[in-house]
Amino acid sequence: MSERVAIEVRDLRIETRAGAAIVEGVDLAVERGSILGLVGESGSGKSTLALGLLGYCQAGLRIARGAVHVDGTDLLALTDAQVRSHRGRDIAYVPQDPQTALSPAQRIGEQIHRILRRHAPERDTPETVALVLQRVGLPADRDFVRRFPHQLSGGQQQRVAIAMAIACEPAVVVFDEPTTGLDVVTQARILDEIRRLSGESDVAMIYVSHDLAVVAEIADRVAVMYGGRFLEEGATADVLQRPLHPYTAGLIDAIPDHRRFAMPRGVPGVAVAVGERPAGCIFEARCALRVPNCAVEEPSLDVVLPGRAVRCFEWERTPPLARPERVEPALAGDAEPLLRIEALSAGYSAGGSTRLVLRDIDLTVARGRSVALVGESGSGKTTLARCIIGLHPPASGAIRLGGEDLAPRARQRSLDARRRIQLVFQNPYDSLNPRQPVGRQTAWPARRLRGLSSTDADGETLRLLDLLRLPARVAQRYPHELSGGERQRVAIARALAAAPDVLVCDEITSALDVSVQAAVLELLAELRSALGLSMLFISHDLGVVAAVADDVLVLDRGEICEAGPARDVLTAPSAEYTRQLVEAAPALEGSDGGGAS
Amino acid sequence: MSRARRAWRAFPPPARVGLVGLVAIVLVAILGPLFAPYPPATSVGPPFAPPSAEFLLGTDNIGQDVLSRVLSGGASVLILAGLATLLAYAIGIPLGLFAGYNRGLAGGIVMRGVDVLLAIPALLLLLVLATGAGAGATILVVGIALVHVPQITRIVRAATLQTTGRAFIEAAEARGDSTARILGVEILPNISGPLLADVGVRFTGSVLLVAAVNFLGLGVQPPAVDWALMISENRSGISIQPWAVVAPAALLAALAVAVNSVADGIARIYGRSSASGEEAPA
Repeated sequence: MSERVAIEVRDLRIETRAGAAIVEGVDLAVERGSILGLVGESGSGKSTLALGLLGYCQAGLRIARGAVHVDGTDLLALTDAQVRSHRGRDIAYVPQDPQTALSPAQRIGEQIHRILRRHAPERDTPETVALVLQRVGLPADRDFVRRFPHQLSGGQQQRVAIAMAIACEPAVVVFDEPTTGLDVVTQARILDEIRRLSGESDVAMIYVSHDLAVVAEIADRVAVMYGGRFLEEGATADVLQRPLHPYTAGLIDAIPDHRRFAMPRGVPGVAVAVGERPAGCIFEARCALRVPNCAVEEPSLDVVLPGRAVRCFEWERTPPLARPERVEPALAGDAEPLLRIEALSAGYSAGGSTRLVLRDIDLTVARGRSVALVGESGSGKTTLARCIIGLHPPASGAIRLGGEDLAPRARQRSLDARRRIQLVFQNPYDSLNPRQPVGRQTAWPARRLRGLSSTDADGETLRLLDLLRLPARVAQRYPHELSGGERQRVAIARALAAAPDVLVCDEITSALDVSVQAAVLELLAELRSALGLSMLFISHDLGVVAAVADDVLVLDRGEICEAGPARDVLTAPSAEYTRQLVEAAPALEGSDGGGAS
Repeated sequence: MSRARRAWRAFPPPARVGLVGLVAIVLVAILGPLFAPYPPATSVGPPFAPPSAEFLLGTDNIGQDVLSRVLSGGASVLILAGLATLLAYAIGIPLGLFAGYNRGLAGGIVMRGVDVLLAIPALLLLLVLATGAGAGATILVVGIALVHVPQITRIVRAATLQTTGRAFIEAAEARGDSTARILGVEILPNISGPLLADVGVRFTGSVLLVAAVNFLGLGVQPPAVDWALMISENRSGISIQPWAVVAPAALLAALAVAVNSVADGIARIYGRSSASGEEAPA
């Protein structure tokens, strides 16, 4: 092994107390100054592996086998107390949510001091703290050092968490989705920062993410995880250009890309759950290339090309990437306006004064069109959705549906008005009643809003479940028995049960894995043309917008800063804010130059 | 059946013991009179006779058979405490749901009213009611229910507040569903976990209050047979014939422990099934 290798993992297995493997047979090695991206969808075991690299696992799990050498020391062979002295000094961890990494009751300077005191007392000086903060691009003046975490923005908090991780100049830093909660512009800056630190400080980094596009921006090599195993490993550019494993290919095809107006494609099937690992290949059930042997024998992770390893018998048959061109729905040139919002302002009152989060919004959704509203978190886009369906009374302005003026509150609106606009909520884990079979929840809007009899509504439920490619037995299930993608499809079915004219979708795929997101987007496109739906699609993800929208409006801090056909806005943005968004959005293509400076 | 079996399997061991104990005590209270060797309210021997072959648990202060009285005296406590608890929930749940969902003036008024009730000590309230309206079972049930209403209302309100902001409630509001439906169909089933965890404590509290009031002579009146009354009647002879006090006291204590462990077990099962909602893969 080369001198440069900072962390080396051999045959790591982490399992539940019951013996079900969460992580199985993982080998990896990362050199100083390079970044390994670990990509996987939910349930792939990537976060468990990330913690395992620090010799740690959560309650209920144990490290059953393997070795984790950090700078030559096997962490798994040490006692708990010994491992703790290595953590923070030789290997550090940056979690997804900086609020869990920072103590809310301590000034940030003191928190960095505390780590230095513990692991590098000789360097525990105010100068070191200032230097560390400067290295992550934060001001290091006295005032800033004395701030509490809640006085910082989310991006600044994450930078402090990174500063704490690199304070003791560790050999290895593990990042677990550090940018997932941040907006794309901040995310792009943090990624640049991490990239720069990796070069400057000669540290090995492991970057865990569900987002292949983010990993593409930052990692030198990438490992694709599924069901606790590595399915493919190789240099990032090679893997993205010519994936060898069918799952990797599916994952890449599923990523929406705002630079290409192509429809993302979902990976069929549902991810394997812990404890139901098949005898053969872990991906066999969802694989289009499977041969009989796949169900019997598990392939090993073999180096098949120089620097490329893949766990597949049939890798030579993995088709090259190809993405169907997005089918543009035939548009009537002068479609009549259906939903019209005029000079709408809305806000929240606090202590007598009203703080406006939306100012002078004008928006029109014509019959059969799909309009996307793009904005970062805090831009007011969810408030707009709530105004439209009558959950949040606007401060001023009008909402018209086919000429009818809508009252500010849902209860004051006519039954027909409530039926014609339906909202699909962001989080499918929250938008279904956990204590009701989902069939009852899809039948109710049909009875309440369309006056169907109980029997007819049940028939309608079955028709809708079928339309959303859910088996009829799902009707009897409770939400917690369904996967996230299934739940979101049930939520869409519930909205469609009202036979709406306008479907408002508020970030409906942001809680889903990319492969599932792609399937939902495909389905929406189909429903749109089949049912003649008009859609208002709210999203922060430009790739998703490129896949579904005809027209785009960009919302910047409560005001619309740009509006126009999707192609024009995304390829040639005119507003400065839109330009920033488009540049910061992670994408697979042309990522080579990104942040490499 | 299979559902009951599944619940039994999901029960933690202490809850299983509690369930067996609870069933046994309830059976004693209901079927006990059939097995009583003597009429429970008749003197059949000398006062405070120690246990013997004739009187297995001895006799009490006026020579009645303790075993017969123990077998007959459980029903009143169980029924009164059960009714009081039911009545307390029947009042507290709607109040709490309403106050939690309606954060305007009306909800505030409900909560201030509840706070006033909360400020009165439980026994004081019961004593005032009993002296004002006369001792008796109805007053006892109403009084104990009133003691519980404030806490139940607060628990229900807190749980309702948490649920109200969730998206499925907003979906119902956007459909224009009636408040009654939102409270009853959307919210109530989702706060059953914290409510069930609380039932044990409430019922035990009711049992102890019934016992306390009976012990003070303001509830069930003497010719009646009642565990708490037995403790009160026989406490003067506790050094001569402890069984007349220990037997009913032990049953009351066992009842309290059993109900609580069962309620904890139920709450645990509910907590698990709602927590598992987050585990399903996307």
